[in-house]
Amino acid sequence: MRKNSTKLIILAVIALICMLLFAFYNIQGGFSYAFPKRLERLFAMVITGTAIAYATVAFQTVTRNRLLTPSVMGIDSMYEIVQTIIYFALGSSSIFVVSRYLNFGVSIIAMVLFALILYRFLFRADKHPIFLLLLAGMIIGTLLGSLVTFMQVIIDPVEYESLQARLFASFMNVKTELLFISAGIVALAFLYGTRILHKLDVMSLGRDNAINLGISYDKMVLRILILSSVLIAVSTALVGPITFLGLIVSNLAYQYFATYKHSVLIIGASLISIIALVGGQFLVLHVFNLTTTISVIINFIGGLYFIYLLLKESRKAG
Amino acid sequence: MIEIKGLSKSFGKKTVVEDVTLKIQAKAITSFIGPNGAGKSTLLSMVSRLLDADTGEVLLDQSDVKKMKSDAFAKRVAILKQANHLNIRLTVRELVSFGRYPYSKGRLNKEDQKFVDQALEYMNLTDMQDKFLDELSGGQKQRAFISMVIAQDTDYILLDEPLNNLDMKHSVQIMKILRKLVDELGKTVVIVLHDINFASVYSDRIVALKDGRLVKDGPTHEIINSDALREVYDMHIPVQVQDGCRICVYFNSHN
Repeated sequence: MRKNSTKLIILAVIALICMLLFAFYNIQGGFSYAFPKRLERLFAMVITGTAIAYATVAFQTVTRNRLLTPSVMGIDSMYEIVQTIIYFALGSSSIFVVSRYLNFGVSIIAMVLFALILYRFLFRADKHPIFLLLLAGMIIGTLLGSLVTFMQVIIDPVEYESLQARLFASFMNVKTELLFISAGIVALAFLYGTRILHKLDVMSLGRDNAINLGISYDKMVLRILILSSVLIAVSTALVGPITFLGLIVSNLAYQYFATYKHSVLIIGASLISIIALVGGQFLVLHVFNLTTTISVIINFIGGLYFIYLLLKESRKAG
Repeated sequence: MIEIKGLSKSFGKKTVVEDVTLKIQAKAITSFIGPNGAGKSTLLSMVSRLLDADTGEVLLDQSDVKKMKSDAFAKRVAILKQANHLNIRLTVRELVSFGRYPYSKGRLNKEDQKFVDQALEYMNLTDMQDKFLDELSGGQKQRAFISMVIAQDTDYILLDEPLNNLDMKHSVQIMKILRKLVDELGKTVVIVLHDINFASVYSDRIVALKDGRLVKDGPTHEIINSDALREVYDMHIPVQVQDGCRICVYFNSHN
């Protein structure tokens, strides 16, 4: 068995190769125009990838459940509903659409608020079985999804076209001004996030053991849930929802590294996440010639992987 | 010293612990006994701040436990609950190293390693320190968890039914180690026990609970007699003395 440090180096090298390929392969239409564009996209993918990886691993540690992610619980649907309501009620020429900052701010606040209400409702002191949580999350997600569809059906078709573009994750038209705000928020979150890695290790022993070892458990759980909601909200508002990415990368990291150490798990998951996004985007550009989008590919593979994990879990339980 | 003052706890309409006041004697083993649902584990959870009390307070050396910093408390009092299912894969040594977290915050120095070595040695786990917990038997796993609590190096060690699911040999082993912790290292051990004979043979003091209320609190020999036990368990429990141990022979009792 390889040592975890070696594994991390291997992943880092693959991630680097993906990034170099993405930045330099078959560059057309003038280097000075295309290259900065590509770097921007690359930067967006690195931010999104690491944010989703951290958020998912931390979230799964405090919920002690490797199938739940903030996205699966419906944060993504909340993004869709906010955008749809804005288009539905105010139209595409409203200030909430035109001003990227305002749209970004409103989306993030709505998603974090939604997440907190959901957690309050679901993670009260009395323990719910895992599958009830999962089911509740799915049902709320579906309910929001249906509301979204309902509004989209009766919306003006031209408005719908413009809305649709917002609801698919896309790295092709990342707005530079949002990129820097997002990077700032994610950097701030990581400043705190990297300081609590050892606490996350202890918390993976469960509530009783963590309290015994001097962790203010309930306070930490709340903080980490807020932290991961903010991270997911920022990355969703920046590029759009990539529901299953977090689930894939966290579970691949658990499988590949087989350790409890969050420093290793989170760096590993971030690298896998960058490989998936950058490598995936490379394929979309140069193999599929933009006939599909990255979120479709990731949600397709992620959905299959999710079903596989569910089947594996239920077999273990049964 | 730990003082419990007027602790109560209800879940919904059901009162599980009602106005319990007692002092835990230092450098001794105190056993909590009582019928199912008497509130023993709940009381222990409140003392160790795993559970918030509805009313009342717990004092550690005269200061309110709730107002203590949680990592300062973790250096004084350790608690081990009965269900210890982990969903991460750890070796014995990794688990025991977690016991040093209140001191090391995750970065173990030489002294921490020494405590880990000693704790492993104490529980006879040195040979299997690199084995994964899921490869161990129930008794070995329980020893690994107790070893973590020993590495934590606290004055007070609280254990919730540590003999659950253990066979006779391992139960005796663990009780002997607890006795050693008190006699050799001057620790204070509080333990919830179901088996009244282990309580009788190994503890210095016994606290008996029934329906959430404190019914008996005293030195072991005052509690282990038929009259006192009838009050706790509502049944006739003959007590015989065997090799200096008071043994309850309740297996064929006719009320």
